Amino acid sequence: MTDKIAKRNKTYIEYVEKVSPSTNATHSLIKAFAIGGATCVIGEILRNLLALAPSIDDKAAAVYSSVILVTAAIIMTGTGVYDNIARHGGAGSFLPIRGFANAMSSAAMEFRSEGLITGTAVKMFNVVGPVIVNGIVWSAASGTIVWLVSVIASL
Amino acid sequence: MLLPQTWWGYALNYLIVFASGGACCIAAQLLIIKTKLTPARILVIFLLAGIALQTVGIYEPLAAALRSGICVPIIGFGATLAKGAAEWAAEYGPLGAFAGGLVETAFGVGVAVAASYIVSVVFSPKSK
Repeated sequence: MTDKIAKRNKTYIEYVEKVSPSTNATHSLIKAFAIGGATCVIGEILRNLLALAPSIDDKAAAVYSSVILVTAAIIMTGTGVYDNIARHGGAGSFLPIRGFANAMSSAAMEFRSEGLITGTAVKMFNVVGPVIVNGIVWSAASGTIVWLVSVIASL
Repeated sequence: MLLPQTWWGYALNYLIVFASGGACCIAAQLLIIKTKLTPARILVIFLLAGIALQTVGIYEPLAAALRSGICVPIIGFGATLAKGAAEWAAEYGPLGAFAGGLVETAFGVGVAVAASYIVSVVFSPKSK
């Protein structure tokens, strides 16, 4: 009798292991696609609407639209709404630029209890620090390479 | 916008933006599932991809076609950094490469820092 139950449990666990990762993976991919794609569409709508204003060209509209996405994400993080998006979105919630803002503001809030200077101001760059540092280092490298190439080409 | 400014041009544009933006996120999600890389590392990988694409000159034609689909994911942030660095290096010499990226991305980063600071003062964290 116990043998039978043990065998049944074993086949059940094998079945769960066989089935669950792939379905979870597919679900998370679909959610990442939908939430990431939707964020980009919201950014594009804002960009097209802003570009209607006579003093804003397409390039400036792209900057304003990302600033709006960033601000909205930070306010949503503050009010706790963003947690729901992050729970479902996976990569769809952190890869767009507002994920960057969410990482920054949630770290700032989480360490608020350690003080404004030693908590918020220090820990704000906990997650986004690597992005900023790598961004500065490698963009400087890229700019220097492009400059060198143009200097060599003009010789 | 490359497409004509008609209703179907806009509709197709939004479709392209949705598909390309979603595709970037699927690629990142696949990296999470297959390699167990942390989100911070994936952000850096996509940022470097953006810098590389901009440096070799592929990013701008891509951005003209995909618009927000590639510019809202962190790839766009990397490309803006590299573009600023190249522009400032051309204007101020090689030292400009160290300033240009920061200047061009300062809008988003500056607002994010200031807003995060205000939010951390105003709101208290929710229990998870």
